Amino acid sequence: MTGFVFTRYELLRTIRNRRFLVFSLAFPLLLYVLVAGPSRQVHDLRHTGVSAPLYFMVGLAAFGAMNAVLAVGARIAAERSIGWNRQLRLTPLSPRTYFRAKVVTGYLMALATIAALFVVGASLGVRMPALRWPELTVMLLVGLLPFAALGILLGHLLTADSVGPAVGGTTALFALLGGVWFPVGADGVLHAVAVALPSYWLVQAGRVGVGGHGWSAAGWLVVAAWAVALAVAARVGYRRDSRRG
Amino acid sequence: MVGMAAGIELRGMCKSFRAGGRTVEAVCDLDVAVAPGETVALLGPNGAGKSTTIEMLLGLLPPDRGSVSVFGRPPARAIAEGAVGAMLQTGGLISDLTVRELLTMFASLYPRPLPLAEVLELTGTERLASRLTQQLSGGETQRVRFALALVANPELLVLDEPTVAMDVEARREFWQAMRALAASGKTILFATHYLEEADAYADRALLLARGRLVADGPTSEIKAMVGGRTIRATLPGVPAEALGRLEGVTRAERRGEAIVLVCTDSDAAIRALLATFPAARDIEIRGAGLEEAFLRLTAAADEREAIAA
Repeated sequence: MTGFVFTRYELLRTIRNRRFLVFSLAFPLLLYVLVAGPSRQVHDLRHTGVSAPLYFMVGLAAFGAMNAVLAVGARIAAERSIGWNRQLRLTPLSPRTYFRAKVVTGYLMALATIAALFVVGASLGVRMPALRWPELTVMLLVGLLPFAALGILLGHLLTADSVGPAVGGTTALFALLGGVWFPVGADGVLHAVAVALPSYWLVQAGRVGVGGHGWSAAGWLVVAAWAVALAVAARVGYRRDSRRG
Repeated sequence: MVGMAAGIELRGMCKSFRAGGRTVEAVCDLDVAVAPGETVALLGPNGAGKSTTIEMLLGLLPPDRGSVSVFGRPPARAIAEGAVGAMLQTGGLISDLTVRELLTMFASLYPRPLPLAEVLELTGTERLASRLTQQLSGGETQRVRFALALVANPELLVLDEPTVAMDVEARREFWQAMRALAASGKTILFATHYLEEADAYADRALLLARGRLVADGPTSEIKAMVGGRTIRATLPGVPAEALGRLEGVTRAERRGEAIVLVCTDSDAAIRALLATFPAARDIEIRGAGLEEAFLRLTAAADEREAIAA
């Protein structure tokens, strides 16, 4: 019950903040229409076997959702900068409930972004069997775990001033290397880098829309390894920050 | 409530920080016991260790040595049980919530919160209730921060320089609320460098200077400890050191154009002052208030330190 009311207001604050609406929702939607709109007749984008509207729908859903969960870090850094974390430490709120509220909020925002892109995607001609939509959603949400942990880490590592550019830059880099803007080639250095990134697998989740079977074992391993490593780092960052008083 | 008999106990508490390559003792060997229901002022100039003491009392900062107990428990336990409300010296409010929403959110964290209407009335924040926190002025923010400390309906209220950013009206209302809380049996500890505040609102004052407790007692007793008088006068252009050397003067301070002389023998001091600096005017001689007691005790602590070094 405690956590519920706390999370509800956390969510309310996030919705009222324009930055979310712009960067996590409006921006990816606009880019999607600009990128996929003109190429809606491309049924096999650069030999990926995936149509352009589907490819970019998943790519930009991943982009917006990454932004949404990384924005948790921006909020944590802002709260730290005004001493709000210290104020909360003087209440019975447990760190567990605090982080749960943050992550749940980030995930609900990510879900809103994903849903909005699916709607626009369907209007641009993306079609797949009904059950594939929830399957795709679940894969995207799982693939976001490393980014949720990264958000918490950045929130404790950076100041309120530096966290904005850091979140923007991180999203842009992961998006570019992971193939959000254009498909990664089948071999070469870029491919070798890409397959080791969680953002690549976020984009690859789109394959379930063309009858693929989700991620390979390598995909699950990459996502899990990044999630565990970043969660451990986030925990260390939090501990170090709270020891400073 | 069970276990509330113990009050607050600080035992041999020490904390030092490293600053610029050397170690500074922020708080040293602090021994304090506060009984439940007491209103205690933690008094001292900036850098005396008031905030460090409060942060250790609240468990935000671990002491290097010594122990802290709040109602017989470690601070973290007392806080987890919702027995503590606190207002730190600095801190803002999270944005994008109205004052009412923020207080509701905060109340949800406590097992026995005070009804919202009561908090709003007690802190004079009713008219702010539907405003977003980012639209509040500095003084209004202070009021809401006070409200956040009260929402818990805490047994212990800890406030670090609560009135610093408040205007006169807010200050008056604040102390009115504090009186009501003290009368209802809450234990209150507040830090201040406004000596009048300690004098007017605390049962007891703890005087801190350079991290050490230099006096602890009822404010009336602290005044009695220092029988001397103070001379105030307008006298520009004379260094405080020269005034400090006058007969009967233990300490001289400059405040703009004015000077304050803390005296053991004010008769000798006033003669010496007028003989040496005939330009002195607007002269006032007063019995010791808490402020003078404070200057005197701080001076004594400085002397002890000088002798030790």
